[in-house]
Amino acid sequence: MIVELGHFALVMALVVALFQASVPLWGALRQDDVLLRLAPRAAILQFILVAMAFSALTWAFLTSDFSVANVFQNSHSLKPLIYKWSGVWGNHEGSMLLWVLILALFGAAVAVSSGHLPEDMLGVTLAVQAMVAAAFIAFLVFASNPFLRILAAPFEGQGLNPVLQDPGLAIHPPLLYLGYVGFSIVFSFAAAALILGRVDAAFARMVRPWTLAAWIVLTLGIAMGSYWAYYELGWGGYWFWDPVENASLMPWLTGTALLHSAIVMEKREALKTWTILLAIVTFSLSLLGTFLVRSGVLTSVHAFAVDPERGLFILAILIAFIGGSLFLFAMRASAMDGGGLFAPISREGALVFNNLFLSVAALAVFIGTLYPLLLEALTGAKISVGAPFFNLTAVPLMIPLFIAIPIGQKLAWKRGNLAGAVQRIWWALALALTLTAGVNFMIGGGPVLALAAIALGLYLVFGALDELVDRASRGGASMVSARLRAIPRSVYAMVIAHAGAGIMVLGLAGTAFEQERIVAVKPGQTITLGGYLLTFKGISNQPGPNYLATAARFELRDGATLVAELVPAKRVYIGRQMPTSETARYRHGFSEVYLAIGEVQDDTSVDLRAYNKPFVLFIWLGPLIMGIGGMLSLSDRRLRVGAPRQAQRAKPQGAAA
Amino acid sequence: MTRKQKRLALIGGIGVVLALAVGLILTALRDQIVFFRSPTEVVQGKVKPGDSFRLGGLVEKGSVNKESGQIVRFVVTDGANAVKVTFTGLLPDLFREGQGVVAEGKLDPAGQFTASNVLAKHDENYMPREVADSLKKQGVWRDDAGSKGAKP
Repeated sequence: MIVELGHFALVMALVVALFQASVPLWGALRQDDVLLRLAPRAAILQFILVAMAFSALTWAFLTSDFSVANVFQNSHSLKPLIYKWSGVWGNHEGSMLLWVLILALFGAAVAVSSGHLPEDMLGVTLAVQAMVAAAFIAFLVFASNPFLRILAAPFEGQGLNPVLQDPGLAIHPPLLYLGYVGFSIVFSFAAAALILGRVDAAFARMVRPWTLAAWIVLTLGIAMGSYWAYYELGWGGYWFWDPVENASLMPWLTGTALLHSAIVMEKREALKTWTILLAIVTFSLSLLGTFLVRSGVLTSVHAFAVDPERGLFILAILIAFIGGSLFLFAMRASAMDGGGLFAPISREGALVFNNLFLSVAALAVFIGTLYPLLLEALTGAKISVGAPFFNLTAVPLMIPLFIAIPIGQKLAWKRGNLAGAVQRIWWALALALTLTAGVNFMIGGGPVLALAAIALGLYLVFGALDELVDRASRGGASMVSARLRAIPRSVYAMVIAHAGAGIMVLGLAGTAFEQERIVAVKPGQTITLGGYLLTFKGISNQPGPNYLATAARFELRDGATLVAELVPAKRVYIGRQMPTSETARYRHGFSEVYLAIGEVQDDTSVDLRAYNKPFVLFIWLGPLIMGIGGMLSLSDRRLRVGAPRQAQRAKPQGAAA
Repeated sequence: MTRKQKRLALIGGIGVVLALAVGLILTALRDQIVFFRSPTEVVQGKVKPGDSFRLGGLVEKGSVNKESGQIVRFVVTDGANAVKVTFTGLLPDLFREGQGVVAEGKLDPAGQFTASNVLAKHDENYMPREVADSLKKQGVWRDDAGSKGAKP
């Protein structure tokens, strides 16, 4: 019964979304405030209905109602509760329902929090948001309904893919979706601004918190997924340039560009056309990502239960929204004036530089991801574009950007002084080079590229901190703490986010210094690993709630002292007969010793894959710090206080559509 | 600088970066892509020894032979033809006889394939699309591999 209620709520949500997508537009056309005011209410109602549908599916999973086809295929009564719950979105239909839930959540959040916006702007934005929602709810109802029943209910479910039975599943997809879908609201704002012909600084202010919020969760979601792959898959990698990973990286790159270009638009009324285009492109890439993940057109390690016919449905949605918004953009672009003027060497110029490199990197990732599809369609040849392609294109494109970040921070608006800026941060470069030389001396020489990466990472961190050092040291020693307190939160946010990028670069540089041992070990055997001694003690069988584990016990010694007992294991899940690896890791500082086992041979010896990974945690700490920087920026007083004032100023301009 | 000069400098700079990036992308596309081949295509001589490519098919039943030093030998077949593969290292969790596999590596002059990488799958039902297509071409495709995830 509850499942049917959920089904009904979903259908009602579709009706409400169609209403919300059309009536406010009519209201904007007729300048009828009564119709426009219906939009926020519809958005909230739509969210409640979708939340009801989602709760109903969650209930079916928690109670293991195997008469629901989706639950039967993806759950198992023996599964621990957390995986029954996270299993709701561990499958195609459920994850699309989560997608729609987040879409509705953002719509409702705008409806609740943006009472100060001009009524037509809010109404049209919510209408566009509802168009997206209606398309995806229709996709759920007609092409991938999670509420379908099986007539003869089976006694037991087929179980969730064992790789997905990890706390990572509870966090990674929702974060990633929050990021992807968060850009929908930015898209809706952009479309509304185009429809109403009001592309101005107020628009940049309006979308900034939403862009930031989406960017923060996308950053954390990608980092979380990378960390999950690192510890779950058992081969120690953290990024595979897999099409699905690329699909999340593309909107991140353009979203990061958008975040920066919106600053220029907000402060200087320049780059308006470009910012609107980025808003459209970023959400389009999010849609493309959803299509790539959900259609299975690309061979990917993420290909869990995909269906090409559904892909066509999403492709149709994709074409309609991307095509429609780009058409709207083309119609309106010429009407937008150029805005503020600036010299190439200026803060604006630096942000254009940032946008250029981020967009071109996104283009490289786009081509590398879709070229195999295109080539196969045209010639039938099957190719794969792997890590070497991206390491030669997207990675080098990031280097000029990283070099430019600390310099760009120092340039003044309108017209900057490049020599002056470089002069002011030379100490950061000098300190970075000195420290790198020291590292090189300590480890007795390393690969040149890796050392260059260390220097780059350190330079980024120091270059970011220079902003604080500079501002704090202006008034003498007694003034330091007062000056530090006087620095606006947005500056701290920028410093922290940029330093986070530097820390990530340091983590990536660290991978060049990792030690890897792949050996078959017998009980009692000891191997050396980066200054540690690793002794294999033996194998034992350990039953889990819904799996059987073969665990190998290792002792890790630093000289004579025992520092850790590590137990990597192999699990075979009941119901699916599918083996997975459980890695064992020992953390020392920001470095890790990482063990994964392969097959057991002759009942005693085992294939071991062991790594010592220096500073590997920096790879994920960096994005985490970037996310914290974003949150700080989101909490900036200027953003909260400034927005309404801007909006009121914009109001008298009226509907110029 | 005048307004026009500023604009020209900006557009010129953007043009240079774009040209460089497109150059990078095209060079990388020429040199860094890897073709997918079925055992039949390999036997027909479509691959030169020394060229890097991806070999996909089924692991022939009874062909997996583990030697000391973590050397694994197995045969990849598409039903019509087969290629011998040597790989040194740990095989992915889901490597099994009779299952689909994709191996990346090179042919030696004797026609043996030395894999540098054997690709892992996340799901036991999942068949690499290229492998499925090439098996269909050889008429040995059975739909049971992919049916479990579909409607019951």
